[in-house]
Amino acid sequence: MTDTTPAVPARRRLRVSSKLFPYLLSLPALLVCIGILIPFFTAVWYSLQKYRLSQPWNRGMNWGDNYLNFLTDSSFWNTLQVSLTYAFLTVGLELLLGLGIALLLQKRTRLNNFISIMLLMPLMTAPALAALMFKLMTNPNFGILSYFAQVLGFADMRWASDPSTALLTVVLVDIWVYTPFIMILLLAGLRSLPTQPFEAAALDGVPRLQQFWRITLPMLMPYVLTAALFRLLDSIQQFDIIYAMTQGGPGDQLMVFQVEAYLNFFQSTNVGRSAALLLVLWAITFFLSNLFIKNWLRLRERARGEV
Amino acid sequence: MHHHSPIERVLRGIALLIVVLFFMFPIFWILLMSLQTNETILRSPPSIVFEPTLSNYAAIIAGRLDSNVASMGIDFMSNLMNSVILSVGSVALALVLGVPAAYAFARHKFRGSEDIAFTLLSFRFAPPLLVLLPLTLYFQQIGLADTYFGLIWVYQLICLPLILWIVRGYFEDISPDVEHAYRIAGHSWFSTFRRISLPLAAPGIAAAALLAFIFAWNNFIFALVLASADKQPVTVGALAFVTASGIQYGQIAAAVVLSITPTLALALYAQRYLVEGLSLGAVKG
Repeated sequence: MTDTTPAVPARRRLRVSSKLFPYLLSLPALLVCIGILIPFFTAVWYSLQKYRLSQPWNRGMNWGDNYLNFLTDSSFWNTLQVSLTYAFLTVGLELLLGLGIALLLQKRTRLNNFISIMLLMPLMTAPALAALMFKLMTNPNFGILSYFAQVLGFADMRWASDPSTALLTVVLVDIWVYTPFIMILLLAGLRSLPTQPFEAAALDGVPRLQQFWRITLPMLMPYVLTAALFRLLDSIQQFDIIYAMTQGGPGDQLMVFQVEAYLNFFQSTNVGRSAALLLVLWAITFFLSNLFIKNWLRLRERARGEV
Repeated sequence: MHHHSPIERVLRGIALLIVVLFFMFPIFWILLMSLQTNETILRSPPSIVFEPTLSNYAAIIAGRLDSNVASMGIDFMSNLMNSVILSVGSVALALVLGVPAAYAFARHKFRGSEDIAFTLLSFRFAPPLLVLLPLTLYFQQIGLADTYFGLIWVYQLICLPLILWIVRGYFEDISPDVEHAYRIAGHSWFSTFRRISLPLAAPGIAAAALLAFIFAWNNFIFALVLASADKQPVTVGALAFVTASGIQYGQIAAAVVLSITPTLALALYAQRYLVEGLSLGAVKG
């Protein structure tokens, strides 16, 4: 685009091109995404069908039957319950731990910065591989965690293969991987808080515990909320850790949405039920993600305003 | 800011020690396992005193597992190679697609731009299987089932929203006045974009690319559903390796160490960018 033409037409051309320009720039990204929207609508279509890969002759629309069947399907309610338990348990514990660690590391000392960087390592580990690591560590023959459990008096602790401790084991892996994420976000939040309220409180002799409840926590709340919603969104869809650890077992103890849908599709080849399950999950995540995005944008605006 | 009593300082120290132990111990222990033979791994009680050996790594790199029962070939190195191809490929594609789009969203409030940006972001939060399961059927029909390209395209689900949203924030922080001045001097928008906007947003692009690489490398579900055996990355390969090798625990540990080393090294090397990206733009470093 060399501008040798007189000034006025050039300005007009500039305006036309700058109107089309943003569309042109975002077009490739959009095309890729449209390619992804097609399977999404296909999944909606599947969810309204009686469709088993093993019985192609038996395929047909059954409209809402897959969803209606959920109402009386105890394994669906189990899936919902396990997914929600897993999500709230992991996020709750990670928030408590993450906040605690962030408070410990709040001061900008060299040691604290070093530790917070070291704590990134679990977060950088692929969750599926983290599950594998814990599988090795909880092996009944040589696992170090099994040994520790034995020393502590829990002889014969069978971790993920025991229905009573399976959930605990995968939650432990989730905590190991994702607590650092919450810690980082809350640490960033803590360090960005204004110092004046704390100075004023110190002058007035407000006890430190009260400072925490009355000043720190309320001011940190937007960060806590953003971190919690982001993790809830991820956690309710957890697949990697659970699949790598037990594939949803023992029995149906850990049949969360995505594991159940995966097994429905590939093992019992029930495409219709699998798609319907995933759409129920999608509805939950859609609701959560709207909440999250709203919170996150507000937080980002604030961070921007302070710079 | 606060004055800490000696007791409190000791308690804080102990708490920090426990935190560091909890989060570092698994990596440390798996690393130790990878340097042991099966005999020392199976000792009871476990001990950290042993004669280190690199035989597990040698076996994986050579692609041969020799046990006293049989000898079998295992191709874990090609899993590593696949991980490199898939992660580098998807980040490169996401940058090519995402950076211009991020610029468009930041600079031009055109009709529907917010909606499009939100739609792209919401992909990040939708259950991946919802898209993956129909795709397996489509991929077989259109011949993408056994290709790197098919996977790299699907990996855009993770990489593209990241690039788009992080980089967009950086473009928004650059004052448009600089760009206007450069354009008035007679340069085209493209050269303005290349010479002014891109270099100014470079730290954001680096942070986003780093995060996208790590998420792509660590991804499990996409490749589990879509990749054929010869295209599998380490996350899926390691799981298959466990099934195949059975009780070669030292080699499993070595495979895990090899698989997590690249992301850990990268994270430590570029931690400043990482923290910024991870805190979701809620803080500016």
